[in-house]
Order: sequence, then C-alpha cells, then structure tokens
Amino acid sequence: PRARDAPSRRSGAGAMQPPTGPALASAPESAPGAAPGSSLLRWQWREVQAPCLVAGWILVASLAKIVFQLSKKVTSVVPESCLLILLGLGLGGIVLAIAKRAEYQLEPSMFFLFLLPPIVLDSGYFMPSRLFFDNLGAILTYAVIGTLWNSFATGAALWGVKQAGLMDEGVEAGLMDFLLFGSLISAVDPVAVLAIFEEVHINETLFIIVFGESLLNDAVTVVLYKVFNSFVEMGPVHVQATDYLKGVASFFVVSLGGAAVGLLFAFLLALITRFTKRVRIIEPLFVFLLAYMAYLAAEMVSLSSILAVTFCGICCKKYVEANISRKSRTTVKYTMKTLASSSETVIFMFLGISAVDTSKWAWDTALVLGTLLFILLFRAVGVILQTWVLNHFRLMPLDRIDQVVMSYGGLRGAVAFALVILLDGAKVRAKDYFVATTIVVVFFTVLVQGLTIKPLVKWLKVKRSDHHKPTLNEELHEHAFDHILAAVEDVVGHHGYRYWRDKWEQFDKRYLSQLLMRKSAYRLKDEIWDVYCKLNIRDAISFVDQTDRATSALWLCPACPSGERESGSGACLDLQVIDTVRSRRDKEDAVMHHVLCGSLYKPRRRYKASYSRHFISPSAQERQDKEIFQQNMKRRLETFKSTKHNVCSAKSKARLKKDGRKKVSSLGVAESEACTYRASPSSLLAAAVLVAVDSDDEESDSSETEKEDDEGIIFIARATDEILQGKKASGSLDVCPSPRIIPPSPTSAEKELPWKGDRGDLAVYISSETTKIVPVDMQTAWKQSISSLESVASPPGAEPGPHAKTLAGPAPEERHMMPEQRTCFQFPNPLLRSSRPQSASSPERTEQPELQPLMAPDEHGRMSTSAGPSNSRWLIQFNRHARFSDG
Amino acid sequence: RHAAATPHSLAGALEQGKPQTPLPDGSSRTGLKRLESQTQPLGKYDLQGIGELAVNPLGDRIINAFFKEGEDLTDFRSFIRVLAHFRPVEEGKSNETGRPEPMNSRLRKLQFAFQLYDQDSDGKISRDEMLQVLRLMVGIQVTDEQLVCIAERTIQEADQDGDGAISFEEFSVEKLNVEQRMSLRLLK
Repeated sequence: PRARDAPSRRSGAGAMQPPTGPALASAPESAPGAAPGSSLLRWQWREVQAPCLVAGWILVASLAKIVFQLSKKVTSVVPESCLLILLGLGLGGIVLAIAKRAEYQLEPSMFFLFLLPPIVLDSGYFMPSRLFFDNLGAILTYAVIGTLWNSFATGAALWGVKQAGLMDEGVEAGLMDFLLFGSLISAVDPVAVLAIFEEVHINETLFIIVFGESLLNDAVTVVLYKVFNSFVEMGPVHVQATDYLKGVASFFVVSLGGAAVGLLFAFLLALITRFTKRVRIIEPLFVFLLAYMAYLAAEMVSLSSILAVTFCGICCKKYVEANISRKSRTTVKYTMKTLASSSETVIFMFLGISAVDTSKWAWDTALVLGTLLFILLFRAVGVILQTWVLNHFRLMPLDRIDQVVMSYGGLRGAVAFALVILLDGAKVRAKDYFVATTIVVVFFTVLVQGLTIKPLVKWLKVKRSDHHKPTLNEELHEHAFDHILAAVEDVVGHHGYRYWRDKWEQFDKRYLSQLLMRKSAYRLKDEIWDVYCKLNIRDAISFVDQTDRATSALWLCPACPSGERESGSGACLDLQVIDTVRSRRDKEDAVMHHVLCGSLYKPRRRYKASYSRHFISPSAQERQDKEIFQQNMKRRLETFKSTKHNVCSAKSKARLKKDGRKKVSSLGVAESEACTYRASPSSLLAAAVLVAVDSDDEESDSSETEKEDDEGIIFIARATDEILQGKKASGSLDVCPSPRIIPPSPTSAEKELPWKGDRGDLAVYISSETTKIVPVDMQTAWKQSISSLESVASPPGAEPGPHAKTLAGPAPEERHMMPEQRTCFQFPNPLLRSSRPQSASSPERTEQPELQPLMAPDEHGRMSTSAGPSNSRWLIQFNRHARFSDG
Repeated sequence: RHAAATPHSLAGALEQGKPQTPLPDGSSRTGLKRLESQTQPLGKYDLQGIGELAVNPLGDRIINAFFKEGEDLTDFRSFIRVLAHFRPVEEGKSNETGRPEPMNSRLRKLQFAFQLYDQDSDGKISRDEMLQVLRLMVGIQVTDEQLVCIAERTIQEADQDGDGAISFEEFSVEKLNVEQRMSLRLLK
C-alpha cells in the first residue's frame, strides 16, 4: 500500500541498502573481480559497509539498553522507549555535528519491510487468543469506527483551522491534504502502545483492547492513507463518486484480504510443522519464514500486512506449539522476542535520530498545536461515545477510569512517521509541515504521555493485572464455567458467542486439529493435562531454586561416580544452608548414610556397567548425570509438594496408592513426547504409559493393585515367592505387621544381593529404546535413595524422643525427608488405621516412636530395618523373579 | 429438536419478561405472574432432548441442577431461580446492606458451580468427586492414572486445612473471574 519503493533519502555512506535489495538479510556480495595487482591487505569497507552499519546500530541500541537498566531508579520512572528516543536525539546530534548533515534516517522501506514485521509477529503469536477473541467486538469497534472518526475529525478540524486563517500561508494544503494527514496521524501505533503498556501492567482486558485496536486499525489506516493519497494526487476536482465507493469497498478487501492471507499462511505453517519431525533443527525457521512470507504476500497485493501477520500468529500458534519440539518452542519464543525487542529498540532510536534532521522540518505553531489538541480531544470523545454504545452490549462495562486510560493511551509512533516520510513532496506540498508536526506528535505522545501514564494509572487506581501463577484449580474451574454457561445457553435456547465458540472448538477438534497436528501431539492434547504438566515443570524449577544444594550433594555423592558433581556441590548459595546448624547428629547421620550407601545397592555404578555392556555410547556419562538429576528431582519434588501444600498424614494414604500404581505403570515406561517426558521426572506418576506390561504375571499384578489400590505394598510383597507370601498376609489390613514378621525382610533382602537384582532389571529395560525411557531402575533407584535417606533420618541408635524433635527441627535435609518417611510407614499404617481412627492432625510424629522399636539397633549396617527399604528390595526381587520365570 | 421446543419457547418468554428479570424485586410482579401462568412445567426429559446439552460434558449435572432432588419437573418459578444465578452482577447493587444475598452474587455463582462438583452435597469436593468431574471434562486421551494425578494435585493445591478435600471456602478463594465467566449477557 505504501510506496515502499520511495527513493532512498539517505546519501553517501548512510545508504544502508539499495532501494530494492534486502539489507538485513543479504550477506555482503563479494566484490566483482579482484582488484588488479596483488596486495597483502585490502580495505574493503564498501563490501561490508551495509551489514556492518546495521550490526553496528543494533549493537549500539542494545548496549544502550544495558546502560539504561543499570539504574533501576530511572527505568522505573521513565519508559525505555523514551530513553531510546532521547538517546537517538543525542546520537543524531553527534552525527549531525560530525558529518555536517543528517544521516541514518528511519527509512520507511526498511521500517515496513524489516523492523515492523518482527514486532507484529511477536505480538500476534503471543497474543492471549482467548482474551483477544472475547473482546473482539470492542477491539474492532475501536479499531474501525474509532480510527475513522479520529482521522476524519482531525483532518476536518485542521482544515477548519486553516480556513480560519490561523495557519501560516506556507501550509499549502486543501481538505484532502488535511484528511490525508489526519489518516496517518490518527492511527494508534502498536509499537508505541506495546512499549509503554508493557511496563504499566494494567489489567488484561484494558490492555488487549488498546493493543488490539492498535494492531487492527492498520487496515483502516492503510485504506484511508491510500485513498486520500490517490485523491490528493488526482486532485480533488477529479474525484468522482465511484472513487468514494471504491474506497469503501477497498476497506473490506484490504482488511478481510489481509486476514485471509494470514489465515492461509497459518494453515500452511501448521501443516508444514506437522512433518518436521526429522528436521527438528530447522523447525523454528519455518515459523519465521512463513510468517514473513505472509507479511510480504499481503504487502505484495497491497492488503493489510499487519493484519496478515497478526492473524497468522494468532491462528497458527496452537498447532505449531503442539507440533514442534519443546526446544524448538523455546527457540521460537526467544528468537521472536529477541527480534521484536531489537526492532523496537532500533525503531525508537532511529525515531530520535531522524528528528534531528531539520532540513525536512517546517514549523507551523498553529498546525502543531492544533494537531496535538485535536488528536487528544477527538480520541477522548471517540472513546467515550463508543464505550457508551459498547457498554450496552458488554457483559463487563468499561468504566470511566478505563475510558481515561484508553484515551490517554492512544500513542502515536513510528508507523505515522514512516507514512509521513513516504508522502510525495511534489504532490503534497505541505509535506514538510506535516513531517514536523508528526515528529512533534510522536514525541509528545511517547515522551509526555508515556512518562505520565504510569503515575496516572497509579493515581486513578486502575485495576492492575494480577500476575499470579496459573493453578490447576483455576484451569479446571474456568473450563467448568465455560461448560456450565454453554449448557445454560442451550437450555435457554440462546445461541450466543459461547455457542459459536463451542461449535468452533468441536470443528477444530474433529477436523482441523487432526489435519494440522501430529498424531502424537493430538492424542496427548488436553488443556488441563497441559497445565498439569506445566505446573509440574514449574514446581521442579522452583524447587531447584529453593532447595539447598548441599543436601542434594550429600545424597548424590555416594551415588555419583564422577567427581564433577561433588566439586559442583561446593558452590552452595542457598540461605537455608547457612541456617543449618551442623550438629553432631547431622554428622552421624551423614556417616551413617555413607555406610549405608556403601553397602547398599548402587544404582549408578551398576547401571553404568550393565549399560556399557549392551551399548557403548559416548554419552553414557551424560545420560547418567541426567538420570541422577531426574531421580533426585522426582524424589525431591514429592517432598516439595507435600511440604508446600502442607499435606498432612491423612494424605499419605493417597500417596501410597500412587506408589503402588507407580510401580506398576513404570514397568517399561516409554515416553514419546517431550512434554510428558519432562513431566515424568517431576510428576507423581510416569506420564505416558505406552508400553504394555511385560508378562502375564505383571498384568495380573497391576489389576490386583487396581482392585485393592489401598495397599501399594501388597503388590510388591506378593510378587515374590515363599517369604513374601507370608509377607503379603502381614501387609493386608487385618494383620498387624509386628516385629515378629518383619525380620524376614532384611534377610530376604540380604539374600538378594542388590546389584544382582538390579542387573536383572536393567537387562530388561535397557534393551528397549534407551533414550526415551525412565527405566524401572530409576524407580528402584528412587526407592533406594528413600531407603538410604530414611536410614539417615532415623539412625537406629537414637532414642525416640529427641529424634522426633530433630525431625521437626529446621535442618533442611530432614525436613525434606519427612514426607518420604511417610512412604515408608506403609506397614505401620494399616495397623494404625485398624487400631484407632486416624485423626487428620496426627502427623507422623506420633507414628515415629512406634516405628522405632521396629528397628533392630545392631542391624543398622544393613539397609532395611524398617519396612520401606525392604519394600524397595522386594520390588527388585519381584522384577527379577518375573524375568527369570519368563526366560 | 421437537423436545427442545419447550425450553426455547421459555427463552422467548424470558426475553419478553427481560426488563422484569428474575430477581424478586416486586416492581413488575404482574408481568412475571402472567408468564408463570402461561408456561407449562418443564420436564427433565425436555432438557435432555437438547442435542448440544448431550455433548456437553457437564450437561447432565447442569440439567439436574435445574431440578429439585428426586423430582422430574420444574415450574417456571424455580427454573427462573436457577437462571438467576447467571445474571451479570450490576455495580452498586452489591453495596446494599440488609438485603438478602442476591441470586447473582459472586458467592451464589460460586455455590452453583460448587454444587456441580459436590455431588453428594456434603459441602466438600472429595477426591472421587474431583476425579469424576475430571473424567467428564478431560479428553479420553488422558489415561486414568494421569487423571488421578491431576485430581490429587488439584485437591492438594486448593486444600488448605489438609482434609484431603476441597471445601466451599477453599473453593471460593480461587482467583476466578466469576462475575464475568458465570454471567449471561442475555439475562442482563
């Protein structure tokens, strides 16, 4: 739409690119033919000039950002865009002083082809689509009617001022010129709005309305600009009625066409990413390429390119995110943000630099002041009128304060500037005046309004956005609300917005998603489940941040064959560690722990040995580290969650169930997707159970647990033969697991040398897809660590009383162990449950002393004095037995 | 489609009676009375015949919410009472003290939603109840074990007193946009 091929205004070295060539994308073309004669070094500035300048400017802008962020005080008050503009002014001044002429202007072609698309794509792609479509009515109203009203009113009012003779004679402009000017100056600018509002944090609804308007008004601006431009060029006298009609028609063509182009490319993009499984590395590229192609295609046929990219971004996201790998997702996100952010930085800086060029300026006070007054006034009037109408239809009316913010948030920016530069000076004779006015308006809105909007929002007490973390409950309830309302609408027989959204979702589920999503992604797609995965990951991350590493190191050291981890654990930054008073008991515990770990099943070393026997892989070490990490994470997450949510012992019952299930489900868990893969170490359960259970034995077992899912133990115990059969009886509800019965467990565990049992497991599970497995030995290893951990927590020599006290104490290791211990109380639990009603407020501390007698003090060199460790041993046994009986 | 005729005509009646809307305000009682006399009692079967409701995961529960325990018919009055939950909250009205809690208050809206979860109406969403709801709402792609996980986690998240269930208090502290999400513009 805009005359993008406008001749490059820059002269000499300032020309960053040839008018037609892509400057940012093209590598420097090598000089045609070498220079005659040979020389050691040649000065080749001309060859690298263009990219070098581009890189240089981006570097300057980015460095400036660093400098700004150095002072929190400044950035908390002054928005970054303001600082950048001021910096640009300064730099422009320096350039002007050195080169004696203004260089490095914001070129419209560069702006529209390279700087704007990333910002629009970013905003479209990360647009909260639900919010956007919920408010689409309001957004469209403001974008279309508001912009139309603004441009006509401003243009007409300025023309009135001119007619009144207040303007200088030099401003040679008719009604059409003023309308043209009005059209370009009245559009709210997405770049400026985004830059300012992102720092203000107003509530989402208000933000989406202002921002959505700034994006969608592009179509109106383009059409108005184009129509008036052609009118001006034709001369007002030649304009006929059909031209007006054409103008109106072209609005629909430009806007709907732009959106259609965007949808088309979104479809293509989604379809392409469906088949990128084997070329993961270039997945992100498709996103950018296709979106950029959408922009260029729309531009090519003079449709609204901003609309095209916006809709492309909004619509493709769901499918693209489902298709591409997790790493690609991160890549897309970061690249997009980086590009958008640097574009924005460069835009604001160049706005500042461009303003220095006084040769283009022609000042007229009446025009400037009039424009400023009118755009503010008409924006406010327009907003109030439209809101009044809209509030009749809106569920949540926009109140006065919202309206103030909306009218005040109508910032103008680089789009207006680029458009005014694009005007043809020969046809629009008042161009210089318009340029000056536009610069002033842009500066005023960005600097003054941008600076004051934060205090204003604070002063008016505008509802801010509350950035709380998403919770499962929220997700679930909001889904429920949607369903409820949809149902009530059905009951009432009213087909409203929700009805159509429901229809759309069904259509999407039935056809679109199946067409555009990978089978695996489609199968696993559920929003609540997604949130669950995300929450688990988040928990994992925050847990890593929170827990002291010393504890983990203590647990890791014996298990970890590499010295790296030990050395790494020296860097302990957590505060909790400082608080820890290293008592004698702690040391004893540690020693105890080492003793136990030394004589116990060693997951790592065994694992490595058997692993290398089957596979000689260079990344064994890496895998091992990863697995250790996962194992630790899993265990610690469990504890973290329970401590975080204050789960008390009533819950341990539920956990037992899970434990039992876990053992079943994890027998040969192969995970296919990144998401679930990620989730599994952190989730309570292995996420996707895809592989069928190995033998009939196990199958029957799994059903067994399903039935009596109260007893995770039974399943384990029952698995092994003679001794454990007896064990099973003891584990069931009625019989108390008295010390008399328990003693066999250590012996049974002793009989089975741990590593042997382990090896049996490994033989089974390593053989399948090794890279994607959380093998059962991880589970056993986990159990292992629990057992070792428990022995640390409750050293046999300790008297019950003080020991319980220690447990409650602040030592972080022990605190984290507490929930684990609950897992180990599986045996006492049935006893407790049967003997007396378990009150919710009797945590394990009451159980603790009861457990103590179960431990034989002289046996502490062995691993299993209490029920928990022996359980894990049995699990191993069971697996092995199953294996043996099979083979 | 035939079965849906009754509710649809009801909706028409509702549209007519819109200015007087469900709140027992009294000002337009006569209009409501007339409506009440004109409408036939609504049967459960009528609602179950609505095609869209059949595919709604919570459809059955919502239908049941319109009927009293053990009854299969509802009259206009109680039907409207249920609908009144979904009136948008009007500003300023909530400040009036001394009046009974209006049907469309945040609390009432939440209560309505809560009852849909709490099937045995013991004032708590137990783990099993949560699991049932999840089973209804979450797609079949998610396995039962995963559902259990989600249910556990959901309860754990909201459970503050540690009784392994979500009470109404715990339910209502969630930061939900109830006013907006649980309102029908039609009933404004």
